[in-house]
Amino acid sequence: MTKLRQFAIATSVAATFVAGTAMAGNAPGVSDTEIMIGNTTAYSGPASVYGTIAKSISGCWDWVNDTGGINGRKIKWLSLDDGYSPPKTKEQIRKLVEREKVAFTFQTLGTPTNSAVHKYMNKKKVPHLFVATGATKWGQPKKFPWTMGWQPNYQTVGAIFGNYILQNYPQGKVAVMYQNDDYGKDYVIGMKRAMGDMYAKQVVKEETYEVTDPTIDSQIVSLKNSGADVFVNISIPKFAAQAIKKMYAIGWKPAHLLNDVAASISSTYKPAGLEKAKGIISVDFYKDPNDPEWKDDPETNAWRAWMDKYYPGGDKDNKMNAYGYAVCHTMMAVLKQAGNDLSRENIMKQAASLHEVNIPMLLPGMFADTSPTDFYPLEQMQMTRFDGKRSVRFGPLISAETE
Amino acid sequence: MVADVNTRSAGRRAIPENPANNLAIAGIRLPVWNKILIAAMMLVAVVMPFMVEDFTVFQMTYALVFAMAILGLNLLTGFNGQFSLGHSAFFGIGAYTTAMMMAHWDVAFYWTVIPAGVVCLIAGFLFGLPALRLEGLYLALATFALATATPQILKYHAWEDLTGGVQGLDLDKPESPFPDSLSDDQYLYFVVLLVAIILFICAWNLVRGRTGRAMIAIRDNPIAAQTMGVNNAVYKSLTFGVSALYTGIAGSMSAIIIQFVAPDSFTFLLAVTFLVGLVVGGVASIPGAIFGGFFVLLIPNISEAVADMTGRTDAKGLSWAVYGVFLIITVYVMPAGAAGLLRVLVGKLARRG
Amino acid sequence: MEYFLQQTFSGMANGAIYACVALAVVMIYQAIDHFNFAQGEMAMFSTFIAWQLMQWGMPFWLVFPVCIVISFAGGVVIERVVFGPIHNAPVLSHVIVFIALFSIFNSLAGFIWEFTIKPFPSPFPETDVLGTTLISMHELGMIGIVLVMLVMIYLFFRFTPIGLAMRAAAANPESARLVGISVKWMLSLGWGLAAAIGAVAGMLIAPMVYLEPNMMLGILLYGFAGAVVGGLTSPGGAVVGGFLVGVAENLAGAYVIGSELKLTFALVLIVGVLLLRPAGLFGRVVVNRV
Repeated sequence: MTKLRQFAIATSVAATFVAGTAMAGNAPGVSDTEIMIGNTTAYSGPASVYGTIAKSISGCWDWVNDTGGINGRKIKWLSLDDGYSPPKTKEQIRKLVEREKVAFTFQTLGTPTNSAVHKYMNKKKVPHLFVATGATKWGQPKKFPWTMGWQPNYQTVGAIFGNYILQNYPQGKVAVMYQNDDYGKDYVIGMKRAMGDMYAKQVVKEETYEVTDPTIDSQIVSLKNSGADVFVNISIPKFAAQAIKKMYAIGWKPAHLLNDVAASISSTYKPAGLEKAKGIISVDFYKDPNDPEWKDDPETNAWRAWMDKYYPGGDKDNKMNAYGYAVCHTMMAVLKQAGNDLSRENIMKQAASLHEVNIPMLLPGMFADTSPTDFYPLEQMQMTRFDGKRSVRFGPLISAETE
Repeated sequence: MVADVNTRSAGRRAIPENPANNLAIAGIRLPVWNKILIAAMMLVAVVMPFMVEDFTVFQMTYALVFAMAILGLNLLTGFNGQFSLGHSAFFGIGAYTTAMMMAHWDVAFYWTVIPAGVVCLIAGFLFGLPALRLEGLYLALATFALATATPQILKYHAWEDLTGGVQGLDLDKPESPFPDSLSDDQYLYFVVLLVAIILFICAWNLVRGRTGRAMIAIRDNPIAAQTMGVNNAVYKSLTFGVSALYTGIAGSMSAIIIQFVAPDSFTFLLAVTFLVGLVVGGVASIPGAIFGGFFVLLIPNISEAVADMTGRTDAKGLSWAVYGVFLIITVYVMPAGAAGLLRVLVGKLARRG
Repeated sequence: MEYFLQQTFSGMANGAIYACVALAVVMIYQAIDHFNFAQGEMAMFSTFIAWQLMQWGMPFWLVFPVCIVISFAGGVVIERVVFGPIHNAPVLSHVIVFIALFSIFNSLAGFIWEFTIKPFPSPFPETDVLGTTLISMHELGMIGIVLVMLVMIYLFFRFTPIGLAMRAAAANPESARLVGISVKWMLSLGWGLAAAIGAVAGMLIAPMVYLEPNMMLGILLYGFAGAVVGGLTSPGGAVVGGFLVGVAENLAGAYVIGSELKLTFALVLIVGVLLLRPAGLFGRVVVNRV
């Protein structure tokens, strides 16, 4: 080989190396054409009803890919089943991070399941984004800078209920029923925080139930017996529906405060009987497609059209599919903001720099907002009262904005 | 009749000579084959972690943990005939003991293993005592109830401060003492491997000795065993305890390698997983437990991959139907488990050596 | 007093659910001497089939018997096809196949019909019973149907030749074969009957708990508890056992331990009864002669 050729080869190798280093900032799983996103959720087991969220997100990515991707890159969505079992979550997340080398994880479902990988994700410095649970502990930027929640946290809702009681039923006797796990208990913590000493004074009876309980009739009978005139019900659609039915059957008509997850027209009020659910008070932060208020709403119609094309198997009455659509748009906003710097650091930085971003399917006036000290993207809710047909929003937008 | 047997050596030769030892495959006698196999497995076990990525090492460690738990169940159900559907409870007790010691009292993980085992030994023995009166199906039910109630007991608010309640306990991953040559996962793998080897050797000796024969006698014919002087009550309760000890140590190891315990990790479905591993590996087969452990870890993953091959998102949940089909096929192909299949194969290949 | 009555009647309503399941459990036990863990899932699947038939326009009064027939046939087919090849396998292998069936039915139901709860109509009107709110027409009707099923089963086993043949096949297969009974078909028949009872149970339970693939998960333990408490050899005992478990669980939860430990209570109940009277309250005590 001539000296000239040797020199040419050496120079081109050096040039490639330099060019490569300039691009080396990108996260694993990111190429010029693709971004790999990892997810675990419950497709089987007792929490499988939430699996539809991940399925709707999958449809959302299909739509994104069909319309050219984000900054020219298509999304590859790797979603694995963990059956809501924390050890399985650990295994699947490790597989996604270490073997599949995803860029980050998105909307991993469940509190105990995410708890199992909380420290791991932060140690490995992998963005653990917009986890699908409202537990308050996901918003700790100092201790866990790589983890972020999305929906208004459960304690906020509990606090809203607590404040509502203090304002509207200051002398009232309160009965509380909650699911006996971290989900249910977190709401109660919020209530206690808002009511302070009044909690012990006003709450006359607390009952719990397990997800595996066949019915909660016994709990309802017990709560009625306490003589309470306010009932705070922290449950899921199946048991909320049972509660509504039983309360009607035994003639117990307290003021009924139902948490947002359970307050769904199609999943809870319809099976129980729309008439029986009249008067139920709840909070919400996104549109329930089943609510006649959004029948002709352009944003909801756009969502319906999208469901028809990209998630035809999904139920258009199920508000969880609207949730999936909304959170997916939040992720899209982050990726768009990140532009061509798709390192894990920058993705996390952009997630923590959402400035009043408009997200479709959120209630009017609501937006996503984060900062390096505020890891709670959604903090606004509005109270609703069901009138037999729709959940009528009342009162101001309540905001739990942290700075 | 003149007995020309020296009475002293007759006592020492109390275990009859296994006629299978005279058989040979390809000219090598079976006992030698056993030794070759064990040596080969040990070699693979020691070399593998350096040839694969950390995640695979983690999976292999987890499979070993399942193998130990299944071995515990095997002692009780396979060798002693007491049908237990509640071993997830002992697994959980072992895991929580380790977790509580590590989280609240900063105990190094290796010191927690023995206490976890001891707690489970006692718990198993105590459960075994009333279980003495229960046979077959009724015992299955009682253990089923135990498994189902365990998450609720773990969540109970009265001891929430200790157990972490519904939130569970978060642990720090133990670090390798030789970070340059051994990664954390590899280190944990070798620790678990060591514990597993010890447990398997102990189980092997237990089953081949007098205790083992008593256990098996109780399983096969409790009345005859009692008549022959075996104290059924003592042996059955002790077996329960030892079985719980094994599964509890496995649970303790699982807490260490997952670094998290929560009540939802120890449901009845876990007990079912152990049972599946037991039957698939081979009832009353000690090496079968290893096959069982790998089976219950890998087959769900394979089922999920198969379901994903259809390319449809709504086929996701179908992975458990695929799993069920795999189970049925396995039972058809090896009704007596992997160990049984091996026996059949050996039987076909072996000749008088 | 009213509180006590309400909890008791509420417990009886739950108890009716457990009694239904307990009956199916005892039926299968009588046929095959073992538990079928997939019993609950098969019942759930049958109920979904009924729901689907109603979605396709079939009126409820027709769906009920059609579903029972389909389930009966399904039970027979499963026994023949799935268990046929492994009749001689050890018992534990059968248990694994039960587990496999559980997985398959649960998974298929979720795949076909999704996991959101579906209301299931009750054959009984929604009016109050005798002006009291203690018990609903549906709950009363359910108790009634359970009792009717019980009587039918009793008559079947006691007075019909097939019933006698089934009992013989389960009690002593060898001798039964010698007198010309086809043990194979008796087993299938047992499965079919258990599946049919399960279907009835599912269709009665669904209006109360709402139909979804995981609906039977929690009920199974209590159903087993009821069967055990009452005695696995006695259908009547199983029904009584189911009611006892329902009422006891409610009263204990209301007055003694609170709702946080109800499952634990079921455990204690099962273990307690088994210790004091292993054969259950109404079961036959089997004495082994050596």
